[in-house]
This record gives sequence, structure tokens and C-alpha cells, in this order.
Amino acid sequence: MTSNIKIRIGIIIAVILVCVYGIIGIPKSKDELLANWKNNIHLGLDLSGGTQLVMQVQLQDAFKAAADNVIESLKGELQKDGITPSGDITRNDPTTIEDADKIEIDVKGVPSDKSGQFRSIINNQFAAWVPTAINSSDYKLTLTPSEALKLKQDTLTQTMATIERKINALGLAESSVQQTGRSDAEAELLIQLPGVDDPAHVKQLLQTQAQLEWDQVQDGPFASREEALAKKGGILPLNTKLVPTAVRGGQASWYLVSRIPVVRGTDIRDASAAAGELNRWETNFVLTQDAAKKFGAYTEANIGQRAAIVVDGIVISAPTIQSKISDTGRITGAASQEEAADLALNLRAGSLPAALTIEEERTVGPSLGADSIREGFEAGIAGVVAVVLFMLVYYKRSAINATLALILNALILIAALSYFDATLTLPGIAGIILTIGMAVDSNVLIFERIREELRAGKAVVAAVDAGFSKAFLTIIDTHVTTVVSCAFLFIFGTGPVKGFAVTLVIGLIANLFTAVFVSRTIFDAELSGKRQVAALSI
Amino acid sequence: MEFFKHSDFDFLGKKWPFIILSLILTAAGFISLAVKGGPRYGIDFRGGALITVSFANRPPVDKVRAALSNKLPVEVEEVSGRPEDIIGIDALQDSALQASRQKVIDSLDAAFGQPANGKYNINSSGAAALADRLRDALAAASVPMSDQQLQTLAVNIMDYRKQHAGLIKNLDELASVPGVTPQVLNVVKQQTYPDSVAVVGTEVVGPKIGAELQRKAILAVLYALGGMLVYIAFRFEWIYGAAAVIAVFHDTLITIGLFSLFNKEITLTVVAALLTLVGYSMNDTIVTFDRIRENLKILRREELEPLINKSVNQTLSRTVLTSGLTLLTALALFIFGGQVLNGFAFALVCGIIVGTYSSVFVASPILIFWHNFLEGRKRNARGAVAPRREPVAPVAAKAKTTPAAAKDRPQRGSTAKVK
Repeated sequence: MTSNIKIRIGIIIAVILVCVYGIIGIPKSKDELLANWKNNIHLGLDLSGGTQLVMQVQLQDAFKAAADNVIESLKGELQKDGITPSGDITRNDPTTIEDADKIEIDVKGVPSDKSGQFRSIINNQFAAWVPTAINSSDYKLTLTPSEALKLKQDTLTQTMATIERKINALGLAESSVQQTGRSDAEAELLIQLPGVDDPAHVKQLLQTQAQLEWDQVQDGPFASREEALAKKGGILPLNTKLVPTAVRGGQASWYLVSRIPVVRGTDIRDASAAAGELNRWETNFVLTQDAAKKFGAYTEANIGQRAAIVVDGIVISAPTIQSKISDTGRITGAASQEEAADLALNLRAGSLPAALTIEEERTVGPSLGADSIREGFEAGIAGVVAVVLFMLVYYKRSAINATLALILNALILIAALSYFDATLTLPGIAGIILTIGMAVDSNVLIFERIREELRAGKAVVAAVDAGFSKAFLTIIDTHVTTVVSCAFLFIFGTGPVKGFAVTLVIGLIANLFTAVFVSRTIFDAELSGKRQVAALSI
Repeated sequence: MEFFKHSDFDFLGKKWPFIILSLILTAAGFISLAVKGGPRYGIDFRGGALITVSFANRPPVDKVRAALSNKLPVEVEEVSGRPEDIIGIDALQDSALQASRQKVIDSLDAAFGQPANGKYNINSSGAAALADRLRDALAAASVPMSDQQLQTLAVNIMDYRKQHAGLIKNLDELASVPGVTPQVLNVVKQQTYPDSVAVVGTEVVGPKIGAELQRKAILAVLYALGGMLVYIAFRFEWIYGAAAVIAVFHDTLITIGLFSLFNKEITLTVVAALLTLVGYSMNDTIVTFDRIRENLKILRREELEPLINKSVNQTLSRTVLTSGLTLLTALALFIFGGQVLNGFAFALVCGIIVGTYSSVFVASPILIFWHNFLEGRKRNARGAVAPRREPVAPVAAKAKTTPAAAKDRPQRGSTAKVK
């Protein structure tokens, strides 16, 4: 054996070791081996079972909220500077995500002698907004494009962070939240929840905005919205809004509450569920220091008044303030421990800045996933065994080379997936099947070429040499063509198509190594010891 | 063992029957597609909901259909080999999908489920909810259990359910679950009941996303075909690239046509299979072309048609072997791979067969047609006999560099050098 062949065998053994390490590490026991295997090979949801959600962030909610905040503070600023618009300050109502940045604030009836002052207030205090004069007294405020973009990104980041906190609080390991990455759907999030056994619960939890408000009750309860409006003469008093209570068994009633809450969800430092009086579950919350000061002053001044605890636009409870409360509060009325705990979790995770709608949902029962993987795996193994048996009959000893190359190919492919932290999905398995097919093909190409050369009367060593070098060109052409197509599939394809492309490219590169380099080395090692090789078992 | 030692079939002489067969198959596919208004897309592309329901005792499919059809337009399909039905709801408004899904579940429960009687359905619960339900009752029955133990118990019960097709038929089965003592089982029986219908899988895809996925998948494949055309044109000659892409396109078209004929759905998994068959077919065509290119260099005096025929014969052994072996794997998947992989395997089986024959009977004839076309045009233009094999001559010239380069390349550890 020449030193050249020894070096090549050394390289092959090194590759095998690196691959085996990547797949199972250095296990000390059988359990550890299985654990390492599970850690290193990530199965996609279609194989392992679980839920995958594509949710749309209703960005317009965040834009409307931003505009509402501006309207409130603008009113205050104008009053401070002695500008009293004769008309109202309102905003439009974009209803789709695409229209979110078309948000506008209309300011009507600014006295014309104060227009300069008005503009400077906007420019100094509300720099994100651009005023456009419609006529001498009316203005339209629009968001600058850069601010709109920033608001979008902030909303998405905050939403993702909140969802992540919720998922983590549920203890769902290996879950992930990411943007779907489609350029035309920036507001879409892909949420993967492997092994979730109760998707309805998780979905509800994720969709709950958990916008908590502690509002001052102005009037109520009323039996219906109409009754409340009738009592107020058809128009709600300034800075108030009507909020319904939760419907539990009976009819919802309505409260007239202050428009600006005393305390918001963002003021909450911690929340937990606890069993309260009469074993009823409730949710306790603790406020931040700043909010506690404000809250203490407010409760002290309003003893005997009613307050409304509003979560996502629904009055959960409307207690009467008994005494000064500074930093803790209590939300009663939960029907079960789960409900109280969910509310606590949502309050801790923070509120979502915009509502979420479900665009796509895929739940694969773990048993369904397990069964399909088992059936597919068994069928695949049966297929490969049949292929190997056939090759052994057809190519005799040389088929052992091919089989070794095939096994090594599979090993490298799995190890690469493990090193890249890639997830194995059904389309990925399709890629593996094509890889195996092309690996078999490469070997067949080489062997047929060697046979041809032998038939043409070449000596064994020369025939092997010619066979490999002639087949090499073909193998390169087929592989590069497929790699080129994979590159396009990866760039332009969506999730599953991408998975296919990735596994296939890895497989093809592994195949170039195994079919051309490894198989050749085995042939050379076999042939090199003998001075004259009379026949080749092929 | 060798199958084709000195094969010398006149493939291209008999090309017409096969080309006509190809055209018939393509036309049949087209007609089927036209009659059925396009391919039958799965909900991945069409938008809609698919709900997989497991039954303790599966009712006849028409009963399930009857229970649902007066409320919603649904399709019901039985899963072979498991007591499961797949219920499909067609594309609706995004918001309506979630609601209709709930309606399906409720109607099924009303028709085939058991009344709850205030008990908790163990077949639709999650581990945490089950633990919540059992906590107080266990305490009341004075079964000592820490919260940790309770959670483990609930998870064990859920695991048992997972391993039994997602449905517990009878609560007594649970006696074998670790942690379930007779006292615990009593409490479980008191608090819960096993409904005989359970939802084990759901897929809901909004129509907007579906349409988007469809567009993206088609675009990705078209770009990939374009990329391959350019690469082959660069390595061979543009007509080779065009011929290979036409052949692959032909395979994909026939396979989609067959899907339509057999009324099978095109899902994302099937798209993966279509990509796979594009890969196989292209591979096959390139192997043949490679041989043609090589022969053009060696057999300079041969006419193009016999030369291509010879190349096809030379590669016949490998073509039959490779395709046969991959077909073997695909057949194994088709027969034993189960319901989920069925469409995938079907596409592979069709694709491998069609892809193999298209290399010989579609891609190669295109080369000849193009050659004859150029030849004829030149003859007309010059009124004289054009130099033989004009269009492929540049290929021969181009090809000359590559094998030569391969030969010049140092052969690592080549056995020729050994002793």
C-alpha cells in the first residue's frame, strides 16, 4: 500500500469520526447515546407532532394607539399654550395592515392667528408627525415614513418578545417565534410549538392581548349600550368610553369609564394566581414604583368610588375602592385556577401592542407524526436494503464499495444536518431520497464504465482508472446542475421547498466525496497490493 | 451478471410511437385538468381546513357525511388502516375558517360523542388542564399526592393517549399507566369520561397564504428550471439545455396530469416529490447527453442519429439499473410508506418512469429535430449540401477541452503508477 493511499484512508476515517461525533457525541451509556441522538437531530413538526401557527400582527392597532396617544397629549399641549381649536381632533380608522401607515390625525378649527404657534408645537413636541394645512384653520397630521417604519418594527419586536415570554412561561421547550421572512408579508410571524398537546389553549393564550387598564368608573352599570347613551343624551361626555362586562351566564352590562386609565398593563411588575376567599381563584398584581405612587394618590382621593379593571376591552371586575392601595391589586372573578393563572401569565408577559390573527395553523398529533415517521422510515430502509441486495448480486464484490460509500453518504448527511442545527422535515426526507438515488447512480455510472473498459480489453488497473475518470465528468455535470437548481429553490422557495434544497445540496456534496473519493480509495487499496490483477469482481 | 452486454436497440428509429404516446399522455392530462378546472390542490395551496378525527368505533363514512353536510359543505375521507376520518372544509374567509372548524368538531361530538354529564373529556384535554381537574378531587378522595406527582401523572396519561392513536377508549385501560393506582383510577373515572371522538390533527391555511404559497412554489420551480437551462447551455450547447428542460417539463406535466386523472391532491409534500422527479429526470438526461458529447468527439464521422442511438445504448445498462433501483425504493415507499407519504410516493413512481423514458424519447429526438431543421435551412439557403453535423460541431470543439483537462489533471494515487 502506498503512502498516498494511507493518507486517503486516514482522511476518510477522520471524516467518519467527525460525523459520528456530530451525531451521537461521546456517549458513555446507551441512554446517553439516545439522548445525544435526540438532541442533535431536530425533527420538524410534521414528523414530531406539534403545532405551527402563522399569525398576522394587526399593525394598524399599534398605529391607532400611537395616534390616540398623540391626540390626548396634543389636546393638553394646545390647552397649555392657550390654543382652543373650534373643531375636534380626530383620527381616521385604517382597517388593514397595508393601510396601517396611512394613519392621519385631523385637527379642525385652529385659530388662524395661532397657526405658527400650532406648527411649532407639532414640530417640537411631535416630531414624528408632519402637519399639512388643508385650509386656513384645518390641519392633517401624517406620520413620517421613517417613523412609520420604526413603529412597525418596534411593534413586531415587542410582539415577538411578548409571545416568547408567554411561550417560555408555559414551559414549552424548543418553541420558536420568527418572522416568516416573506418580503410582502412583513407582519407575519411563524410560531412553532413542538409537542403541544393542547393547541386550543395555547392559541387562546397567545391571542389574548392582555391590555390591562384600571379605569375610573364615571357611571353605570347600564343594562345596554343604548341605555347608557340615552341617559347621556346620545353623546358620551368628553374623555369617556363605554366598556362591556364579561358575559358569564347572563347579560353583559356596560360601564362608562374614564378614557385614560389610571394604571396600564405596562405598569405591572409581577402577577400571580392565588386562591382567595371562599376558595375562589384570583390574580394578584404588583405595580412598579412610579405607578404605585400615582395609584396611591388616586385611590386615596377616590375612596368610596368605583373602579373598573378592564382587560382587552372587557370589564373583569368593578370593585369599590375601600382604602388607599399603593402597589398591589387583585383581580377576582376567575372561573378556574387555569383562568387565573393564564391571566397572571399574560400580565407578566406584557401586553401585545397589536391584535394577532391566525393565518395558518397546522397541528399534527404526536401519534400521527410518530406513525408517519415510522412507516416512512421502515419503507425507506426496506427500499435501501433491496437496492443493496440487488447491487451485491449484480456487481458482486465491487458492490461492497458502493454500499460502504452509500452508508458513509447517509452518515455525512445526517451529521451535517446536526452540525448546521437544521430541522428534518418531510420534504427534507424527499431530499435524502433523491440523494440516495443519485449516490446509487454515481456508483452505477462508475461501475458500468469500468465494465465497458474491461470489455474493450483494458487491464484491470487501467480500466478502473479510466472508468473513474470518465464517469467523473458525468457525475460533475449531473451534480452541479442539481446544485444550481437547488440554489434557485433555496432563494425563491418557501419553507418546505427550502428544506428540500438544503438537504439535497448537503447530500450531493457528500456524494461527490463518497462516490468519487472514498469508493476510488477502496478500489485502489484493494488493487495496490497485487502485482498483476487478472480479474475484478464487478 | 450483466443485462445489456452489447445492446443495439434502434431506439430513435422507433421514436414516433413513443412521441405519440407522450403526446397522448400529455393531452389526457391536459383534458383532465381542463375538465376538472385545474389541478386538485390540497389545502396548503387552496386554503381551507383539514381535520383528522379519530373514532373509538368508526361510523360508516356516509353517516359522518350526513352528520356534517347539513351544517357545512365538507368533504369526508376515510383513512385506510386506522379508525380515522379526514374532514376537509373548503376555502372560506380567513376568519370563518376557525369558526367552521369548531362547528365540525361540535357536530361530530353531537352525533357520535358521548354526553359529558358535567364530566371532563379526557380525550380533548391537555396535561395541565387534566391536572387542574384532578387536583381537588384527589384531595377530596384523600389520595396523597404532591403537585409534582400530579403533573407527572397527567403527563403519563397524555403519553398513553398519544401512543394509542390519540384516543382513550375505556378509562380502565389507564390502569397500566405508571402512577395510576386503583384509587386514582376511581377519581379519574369520577371526574372524566373518554369521548369516542377526538381531533388528532388540524391544518388550517388561510386562502391568502395558500395562493401565495402556490405562486411561490411555481415561481421557484420555474427559476430552478431556468438555472439548469443556463448551466447546461454553458456546459454543452443551448439546444441541449432547452431539450433537457423540455423533457423535464414534459415529465412534470404528465405527472400533474396523472394526479388529475387519479383525482389525487397536490399538496406541499407532492411539490417536494415533483422537485425530486425533476432532479432524477434531469440527472438521467444529462448522463445521456454526456455520452453523446463524448461520442461526438470520438466518432467524428458518424451521422447524428446513429450516434445518439449508440450513446443511448451505451448508457442503457446504467439507465435501466439506476431507474430500476430508485423505482424500487419509490415503490417501497408507495406500498409500505403509509397514508402521509402516499401522494409523495405516487409522484415519485410516475416521475421516475416518465423521467427515464423522456431522456431517450423526448430529449434526444429534440436534438435530432433541431439538427435536421438547421441542416434543411442551410441547404435551402445555400442550395448546396451543407457541411455535415454543423450545429453540433462547436460542441465537439468545446468538449475537447474538458476531457483533455480531466486527463491532464494529476490522478490522485492512480493505480497505473503503482509498482
